[in-house]
Amino acid sequence: MTDVTAQPEVTAQPVVLRVANISKEYQLGQGLFGRFGGAKKASLKALDGVDLELRRGEVLALVGESGSGKSTLAKILVGALKPTGGDIDEAELAAGAGRLERSRHVQMVFQDPYSSLNPRISVGSMLAGLLRLHRVVPNGEVRAESIRLLNRVGLQEDVLHAYPSQFSGGQRQRLAIARALAVRPDVLVADEPVSALDVSVQATILELFRSLQDELGLSILFIAHNLAVVQHLSQRVAVMYLGRIVEVADTADIFSNPRHPYTRALIDSIPRMSADSVTDQFEVEGEPPSPINVPSGCRFHPRCPVAIDRCRTEDPGLSPVGPGHASACLLAEELPLYRGVPALKEEQ
Amino acid sequence: MTTTPAPTLAPIETGRRAVRSRSLRPWYRNGSLVAGIVVVGALILVAVFAPLLTPYSPVAQNLEESLQGPSAAHWLGTDQFGRDVLTRLIWSTRVDLRIGFLAVLIPFVVGSVLGGLAGYFGGWLDVVVMRLVDIFFAFPFYVMVIALVFVLGAGETSIYLAIATVSWVSYAKIVRGEVLVAKQQDYVMAARLGGFSHLRVLARHIGPNVLSQAIIYAMSDIVQDIMAIVTLGYLGLGIAPPTAEWGSMIAGGQEFITTQWQQATIPGLAVVITSLGLSWLGDGLSDLLSPDRRK
Amino acid sequence: MTDAPLLSVRNLSLGVQRKGRPTTLIVDDISFDVAEGERFGIVGESGSGKSLTLRAIANLLPAGVKVLSGSIQYRGQDLQAMPAKSRLRLAGQEIAMIFQEPMTALNPVMRVGEQIAESPRRHLGLSKAAAMDLAIDMMRKTGIPDPAHRAQAYPHELSGGLRQRIMIAMALSCSPKLLLCDEPTTALDVTVQHQVLRLLEQLCEDTRTALVFVTHDLGVVNQTCRELGVMYAGEIVERGRVKDVFADPRHPYTKGLLDSAPDFDQPDRELVAIPGFAPNLADRPDGCPFQPRCAFAVEHCATTRPRLERVLPGREAACFETGRIFEGATA
Repeated sequence: MTDVTAQPEVTAQPVVLRVANISKEYQLGQGLFGRFGGAKKASLKALDGVDLELRRGEVLALVGESGSGKSTLAKILVGALKPTGGDIDEAELAAGAGRLERSRHVQMVFQDPYSSLNPRISVGSMLAGLLRLHRVVPNGEVRAESIRLLNRVGLQEDVLHAYPSQFSGGQRQRLAIARALAVRPDVLVADEPVSALDVSVQATILELFRSLQDELGLSILFIAHNLAVVQHLSQRVAVMYLGRIVEVADTADIFSNPRHPYTRALIDSIPRMSADSVTDQFEVEGEPPSPINVPSGCRFHPRCPVAIDRCRTEDPGLSPVGPGHASACLLAEELPLYRGVPALKEEQ
Repeated sequence: MTTTPAPTLAPIETGRRAVRSRSLRPWYRNGSLVAGIVVVGALILVAVFAPLLTPYSPVAQNLEESLQGPSAAHWLGTDQFGRDVLTRLIWSTRVDLRIGFLAVLIPFVVGSVLGGLAGYFGGWLDVVVMRLVDIFFAFPFYVMVIALVFVLGAGETSIYLAIATVSWVSYAKIVRGEVLVAKQQDYVMAARLGGFSHLRVLARHIGPNVLSQAIIYAMSDIVQDIMAIVTLGYLGLGIAPPTAEWGSMIAGGQEFITTQWQQATIPGLAVVITSLGLSWLGDGLSDLLSPDRRK
Repeated sequence: MTDAPLLSVRNLSLGVQRKGRPTTLIVDDISFDVAEGERFGIVGESGSGKSLTLRAIANLLPAGVKVLSGSIQYRGQDLQAMPAKSRLRLAGQEIAMIFQEPMTALNPVMRVGEQIAESPRRHLGLSKAAAMDLAIDMMRKTGIPDPAHRAQAYPHELSGGLRQRIMIAMALSCSPKLLLCDEPTTALDVTVQHQVLRLLEQLCEDTRTALVFVTHDLGVVNQTCRELGVMYAGEIVERGRVKDVFADPRHPYTKGLLDSAPDFDQPDRELVAIPGFAPNLADRPDGCPFQPRCAFAVEHCATTRPRLERVLPGREAACFETGRIFEGATA
């Protein structure tokens, strides 16, 4: 794997979370999926060599479809899952840190607001439990700190004695964020936190994330499938396909100058709201394949409209194509030439 | 762009107004629950105040007055030893209720703990516990209980041991199933990520969510246990005479079914009423504790 | 082109009636027309009543929800007034529906080819073999590779995108004149959604099938539909051509929705959230349902309910103040 960090740094911010060559493989029982001949055992490679860096104070978006491995990566980053290979380097964490310390470093916000809060624990108990466990503040100040947390996410003191079932989806996400913030983490991993919310409510939660980033200097790994949301909130974007990162760049850069066919296909498939936007019509065939059957060579080649012979045999890694911009495509340099009608651009 | 006046940014989607009130339906509107509380409550009161309610002794024999029919002095007559039937009926409420509740406690605790640990940790622990459950589940309840009591000798302790040995498996199965489902919920992962230990997560976070089903089951289990105690008493394997107990009263009154039928049937009626009350309580609790579930 | 619209919904109200309790109104007096070959989108958030409206047309309302008043007319015939058998026959042949979650809409124990063939056999009277041929042909039209082979598969053996295509094949197998779509692409990956939407568009063009498309995604409705109805708290608050409505909304809720949605083509635009809370259907205010959250509300908005009225050629909005608020707007 090419070391992405060897390029000139675009920002001077320190790295708070780095993973190198992460892989996650599941061994499957015989005869469980499809037909097998003989004693061949199938394995599911959810992640196959992922390098990623999160810098302090930035929002890095992780984008991908089914089978991309983004949720698996998220779980590995928070420590809920152990990788089968590779290293996790949490720069601000001492080596051999225990579970408590890890949980103070990285916290998570989940997708489903209806299953991420314990229905039998009141809001106040939930926050107090965490504050006490980690001794964030002295016992006497637990209540005050809980109220402060609630205010931070836009809720009032009177929700302390309430239970999750009394709240709407948007409010529950706020509670989930308050819970994540209780331990004062450095990194927040948000797994599709607004996907289950109504459009008008999404805006409020997105603004909340933005304000947390600005005011607390929080580093956020934001997993999403809605590219409009990603464009709005993140500074950098990493695109995943079938267990690998296929492109990573600054947000403005990746959307105006994508250098991987899959990224282009994603951008072109965004349903647009503007009446007169035109797109490249960079179409892909078929569906994201299952991680059990990873294609040979470049994993995207069966669906790629510009694939050449080499793509069937060579498995490209991430290579730099510009400042802070890397792509895993053999044709990354020539890709802009395939552009049809250019996408609507903002005035410079 | 349009020149509409910019709206003021009012407080968004937050605050007091939005917090909905908790309960869906007040408990006192729950018919089963109310009926159950009334009946069981009455029984408990009867049991507690037994000495105050009965002028006679439940055990002292008074042979001159034996086998009398219902009268002003003895509302339900007397048995073959001259003891007031009503007094014995009331006093045996103490015995049967007490043993019923206590007999459920041990299997509830043991079964729930084993089931919870098996469901949460999985692996070999799960395999071992489930195989034990399979073994014990294979035996019919009554056969095992009677056999065990026979072997251990009649008496209260034997009853507890026998019932516990057989009925813990149901709790284990129920709680294990609930834990397996609860484990999938994000809030469990969130608790682990929050730094809580496995045991704390199991006890404090998963526990309250899974025990309601076990509690509801326990209600019907009490009914089953009381039936078992009564049966044992009837078979002469239960509480030793002369203690008043519904089962032994039924057994004793059998002979006199043609002349003093109330001696055998009224205790039977008491058992029925108790079971009914507990069932209603169980149904009511089921509505209360898990209103979103289909029964 | 006929004069009468293909589908005409008039003053439709849906609600839940429970004995001893007041009726909860879920959809309140809505009306709209869909012409032949038209593509009509219904946009709204949770609690807007959009899905139930669709189900009412398809006669698939869940238990407890009833049509309280109003009519649904298909080609001039009142669907409510028809005998059940006739309505069923009509529904099978001319009206079809596709759902959001293909797994629950497909029978898990029946092969997909058979499921597609079921409708033509029943409603068109085709033989088993002929129906299966039709099914395979439909599968080919919906872009399913190797259709003859795939027809033997069970739903769980297929991916989400394929299942959705099967559902489309099923729906179009009898060449319906009206296709009802309830968020058909919400559960799909973005690239698959793109393919499925194009497919729908194309097939409906080819067969002149009218579409009523319910979604919460503004981009999807812009791409797929020509006409639009915006629903809020069970009412249609604005109606008109999609492109016009998006460029120049005439109802505060529509404007709020557009302002709060991230638009890929306008990355620098600040998102403005709609203040307040989602409507509580059990507790309807007297006046305009949007009034509690409306920054432009005046006194009589809280007491009188506005009706859908023509504000521009081809545009209707249910707002008293629409003139004042949106005056001076660029066309």
